[in-house]
Amino acid sequence: MDTFQIAIAERVAEQHRHHGKSQFFWVWGALLVMTAIEVYLTYQNMQPVRMLTILMGLSLVKAALIIGYFMHMKYEVSRMKWLTMCSLVACLALMMIFFPDALRILSLGVK
Amino acid sequence: MAEAALPHDMPALYEPSLFGTYSKKIGMWLFLLSDSLTFGALLYAYSYGRISTPNWPTPFHSESIVNATVMTAFLLTSSLTMVLAVRAAVDGNVKMQRLWLLATMACGLGFVLLHGREWSKLIAEGLTLPVFPKLPGQETAGEFVNVAKTVPQFPATFFGLTGMHMLHVTLGVVYLGIVALRKNFIPILLLCWLGAWLGTPAYSPFHYAAHVLLVAAIVCSIILWLKPKVYDAADVEVAGLYWHFVDLVWMFIFPLVYLMSAKIL
Repeated sequence: MDTFQIAIAERVAEQHRHHGKSQFFWVWGALLVMTAIEVYLTYQNMQPVRMLTILMGLSLVKAALIIGYFMHMKYEVSRMKWLTMCSLVACLALMMIFFPDALRILSLGVK
Repeated sequence: MAEAALPHDMPALYEPSLFGTYSKKIGMWLFLLSDSLTFGALLYAYSYGRISTPNWPTPFHSESIVNATVMTAFLLTSSLTMVLAVRAAVDGNVKMQRLWLLATMACGLGFVLLHGREWSKLIAEGLTLPVFPKLPGQETAGEFVNVAKTVPQFPATFFGLTGMHMLHVTLGVVYLGIVALRKNFIPILLLCWLGAWLGTPAYSPFHYAAHVLLVAAIVCSIILWLKPKVYDAADVEVAGLYWHFVDLVWMFIFPLVYLMSAKIL
């Protein structure tokens, strides 16, 4: 890396030093607890749609914790946060265009 | 044009980073964004199959759910040890950095071995793909022989999605091994390849998948030969981003594939 890159890396490292290690253990504990809740719900014989909603909700919270704390996105500049996350969400949302077709197949009764 | 090139000792001429961080990290984030679309497409394909197929199988017994839960715990713990490795690297504690990296690799290896056991069990029960080698006596026996015939979307999307993830975890372990041990990791990698190749029967898909380790050993040797270096805190952080990503993807695969297809008696 050139001197400019080293200076930026040093600044990022300085940001890391300001965060206590304990928060990583809290996040890890929260992720394990949410996983345990997901497994508990599996054994409750819930309606599939309700179950899917809760599971995906918990997964999104877990993903946010991993990206925010473990991947340090919480501490990046706002331009980095918004550009990366918005572009990702937009691309993934565009893929949902296929789901109406999946439902159409059901209503057509294709074997 | 050579005289027009900027000398490297003039940092003031460079524009400040648009994203406020160093290029390696931005590069890794861009790779991860593109990789998330790969996994997004696979997850959507699985979901599409599930929505459009009324008789979607629910093959995962309690034993499989427990196995997948332990795998999840392994990955979550590996993320914690990885973040502690990054912290040790930032603090300049090389010994602890290496130890935390090795702990992360151990958790990753545990995940791959448990996943391999799960795959082998399902394949032995008849849930297979046409490209997999035929098991002796598989045509008649096995709980899922009919599933593979009547709902081929299930094994195709299941093995495609989880196989892609397993490949990512395996390559992640190799990546961390190179960052932690550099060229000393190459003979270990070759031993792992031999062990995986000779230790699995010829009818197992892992017998052939083991060659991924040989390819990884060759690629890593070339990289280390072309650019031998001591990896610094920035390299460890970038490796950490990749590792957390494989953990992140599993947070969606685990509920969507395993928990939503559990057979609870």
